[in-house]
Amino acid sequence: MELQAVLMAAGGGSRMMDLTYNTPKPLLPVGNRPLIWYPLNLLERVGFEEVIVITTKEVQKALSTDLRLKTDVKMKLDVVCIQEETDMGTADALRHIQQKIKTDILVVSCDLITDVALHEVVDLFRAHNATLSMLMSKVHEFTETVPGQKGKKKGGEQRDFVGVDVTGKRLLFMANEADLEEGLVLRKSIMRKHPRMLIKTGLLDAHLYCLKRSVVDFLVHNKSVTSIRGELVPYLVRKQFSKSLNSPNATEDSEKNQKQQDAHNNLELLSTGKDEPLLQLARERSCWNDHRGDMSEAYHGGKLRCYVHIMEEGMCYRVNTLAAYIEANRVAPKLFDDPSIHPTAVVTERSLVGSDSIIGPYCQILEKTSIKRSNVGTSTTIKEKVKIINSIIMNGVTIEEGCNIQGSVICNNAVIGRGADIKYCLVGSGQRVEPEAERTNEVIVGSDQLMEI
Amino acid sequence: MADSDGRQIDSINHAADGDGKGHGIVRAKTEGKELTKEEKQRLRKEKKQHKKNKKDDKVPTEKEKEKEKPSVQAPSKPVTQSPTHKAAAPVPVSASASESLAAAEKPVKTKAELRAERRARQDSERTSKQGKKEGGQQSTTSKPKASPSELQPVVKRLPEHVQVDDPAALKKLAKKLERQQKSGQGCGLNITGVKVPLRSDYGYKVSLFSHLHQYSRKNPPTQQISIPATVIHPSVVRLGLQYSQGIIAGSNARSVALLHAFKQVIQDYSTPPNEELSRDLVNKLSPYISFLSQCRPLSASMGNAIKYIKKEISNIPSQCKEEEAKGKLQECIDSYVNEKIILASEAISKYAIEKISNGDVILVYGCSSLVNHILCDAFEKQRKFRVIVVDSRPRLEGREALRRLVKKGIRCTYVLISALSYILPEVSKVFLGAHALLANGYVMSRVGTSQIALVAKAYNVPVLVCCETYKFCERVQTDSFVSNELDDPDDLIVTRNGKTHLENWQTVKSLGLLNLVYDVTPPDFVDLVITDLGMIPCTSVPVVLRVKNVDQ
Repeated sequence: MELQAVLMAAGGGSRMMDLTYNTPKPLLPVGNRPLIWYPLNLLERVGFEEVIVITTKEVQKALSTDLRLKTDVKMKLDVVCIQEETDMGTADALRHIQQKIKTDILVVSCDLITDVALHEVVDLFRAHNATLSMLMSKVHEFTETVPGQKGKKKGGEQRDFVGVDVTGKRLLFMANEADLEEGLVLRKSIMRKHPRMLIKTGLLDAHLYCLKRSVVDFLVHNKSVTSIRGELVPYLVRKQFSKSLNSPNATEDSEKNQKQQDAHNNLELLSTGKDEPLLQLARERSCWNDHRGDMSEAYHGGKLRCYVHIMEEGMCYRVNTLAAYIEANRVAPKLFDDPSIHPTAVVTERSLVGSDSIIGPYCQILEKTSIKRSNVGTSTTIKEKVKIINSIIMNGVTIEEGCNIQGSVICNNAVIGRGADIKYCLVGSGQRVEPEAERTNEVIVGSDQLMEI
Repeated sequence: MADSDGRQIDSINHAADGDGKGHGIVRAKTEGKELTKEEKQRLRKEKKQHKKNKKDDKVPTEKEKEKEKPSVQAPSKPVTQSPTHKAAAPVPVSASASESLAAAEKPVKTKAELRAERRARQDSERTSKQGKKEGGQQSTTSKPKASPSELQPVVKRLPEHVQVDDPAALKKLAKKLERQQKSGQGCGLNITGVKVPLRSDYGYKVSLFSHLHQYSRKNPPTQQISIPATVIHPSVVRLGLQYSQGIIAGSNARSVALLHAFKQVIQDYSTPPNEELSRDLVNKLSPYISFLSQCRPLSASMGNAIKYIKKEISNIPSQCKEEEAKGKLQECIDSYVNEKIILASEAISKYAIEKISNGDVILVYGCSSLVNHILCDAFEKQRKFRVIVVDSRPRLEGREALRRLVKKGIRCTYVLISALSYILPEVSKVFLGAHALLANGYVMSRVGTSQIALVAKAYNVPVLVCCETYKFCERVQTDSFVSNELDDPDDLIVTRNGKTHLENWQTVKSLGLLNLVYDVTPPDFVDLVITDLGMIPCTSVPVVLRVKNVDQ
């Protein structure tokens, strides 16, 4: 077998707590499908037959009961549950399932919605015998107004600095703005080997990684690495250019350094143990080089290689903030062509449902209602004379007559009283908005949520 | 009467359940002498249909025949008064069952007897000829598989005006690929239906080369393969990718990488139940080879390596255990690489060093792993010479050769092929590598080699070709058109000073980009061929081939 897929669905959605305090992030509805459906569909489309899903108990239950997930997903899901409280990082999770991993792995995050041609990423991994191959895409500016956003959008997340070589495929440098206090430091060894480097900042990391099996074994030996994106990837990128252990480092002799060197040693050994003599011979005899201008052989003789595929066009979203969630809801229905109005929904003739809205199953939409550019979830009841524009209504919501909802997100099982006027708000799960209320740009959540810090 | 009828029905059923190849028809014929003309015609039509749908519609036609039996028996009942012990007509094809049946229904009339015999004989001959024809069909479809060194992907004897990306021809190729997998699965018993993805051609092809495929590097062959490659072994997929992207280039490198991938395939192989390793493994390899030839047309050296492996696999005795067989195959592959590639290059460099004298100026073209090895060896043995590396676009492989020689410490000069005639007066010898040596003495090598040989001949500079014997192939070619390889035409596009002139070459209707990979050099321009068997003239290649075949 060539690759095993691992889907990380245990994350908490810490950047959109208003949405996720009641519903786990993988089950948030996007375009009337749970968020976890999108990466599963991506994997299924390219031909995976089995996926290891690392998630919490709640999501596991939903995976076996949710109709959409059960019927649409034909792959075999091997669900591994971890406790929510343990706060496991992604690398910790990989260490947890180390027994199940027998080949190279493809790690996908549950909040990725993309239509990338996955073979581009995997081809880099295969052709160059790379240790890491990842996917990045150009950041899309979010244009929709985000409910509950007070004031102008601040700088937002911190930028990633990504350095690639001339071809745009080899990953030379990766650092987050948070880690660069004094400034961007480039090692001379990188510059000597790759004199031309392009540094890009407007890239979004899709959290899709192809990793060699030896990396998992390395993680087992190094328990200090907790997160793939935060620690493992920058480490691997750095280690491409570090000196091999043949040159002893006499200055630092502390225990810690020794352990680090051992760790590095492990990685090198594990990844090169399999280099057969025939493969070596083939590479020697081949008249190909990945760079020119210096005297070194292909890949500068380095055994560790990291590659990145940067998507120029196409859809790639990571739903980890509220703005991304709204944007994804706008765009995701285009990924599949379901009928915009589910056949089981009851829509009366006098109501107006725009063509870019989608109505989920078992909905009830009564007369004189107009729905434009919105997503309405499962089993929602919308009474008469309601105007919904540019909003996201999740499952089980009841909206009484005469409401006016604009640019808002209404979460599961909320109730909007009659005649309410809601603009750019976020109504949390199970909340009630009293009739004749007028809310603009607010986040309406329960008091128990306010207690959590 | 009822008894004989019962017996007839029983024996009919027995014969029908047996090998119903043509027996039912034979029986029908022997019975139906008294039939009316229409019934005879009907019988003939059904016979034809039966032969056509032999495998699939066995049951329905038998049912038809069963239905026929009662109607046939009715008129023949009054005739078949003869006792069952009457001697049966010598029907050559019939089994004992139908013999007894024929005996049961033998009419008294002798003329009709003779007619029946004649008809039965004709039928048997017809069915045996049919069987032979079908067997022949199987062998012709498997023939293209057996000669992978052929670069022509299209069916033989195609009319000249048919282009390779004609939709009908493409459909035929796709069907042929599918049939290759199916027919290669052993008499169609277990059709795994391995679908090898068909790569589509790219861009306008120059008309002289329209019979060859031209693929784009931007459409890799892995587009249509599922990501955890299950149908095709992952190491073969990796190899195909490396071929198509040019990461493994050069005849020796490609063969070695191919053998390495096959080693891994053999390692992961497990014989399915009721199958023999010697036959099933060969069938397993066929779709992989088709896939690799889709990624990049196979080279002659690869073809010979594949032939060798297939021979080794089929020679495995059936009582050999699986682990033992796999170990033996791995050893065979290792010894092949060792003998034919590593030791051969040692032997060649030992012969070649006699030809390199101090003060020589040696010209090399492109990057031949063998020539580089020879020069490095000679330098280690303290010969004093300098090298001129000639290079050509778009591959610019000479830079890699230059790097390796300079790293060793050899003094090198680098020119492009357009400067060849200016630099040749300085040159004392020309060393060329070869992709393959054809049976008529022609040398197939990187495009540009024939020009070098031609100009060198004009300047009276000796041309030495270095080639291992495993690259000798039985093909015969006198020009570079009939069989070649077309590389990605976009490689010819270059950006200088920020301007890319050929960027939209596809929009200009009268413009075609041609990126040839190989050309053939006639033996008149080659003075010596250095092989691991010694130094031979170019025309001795068929002798070597003959000797090799005798050995094997």
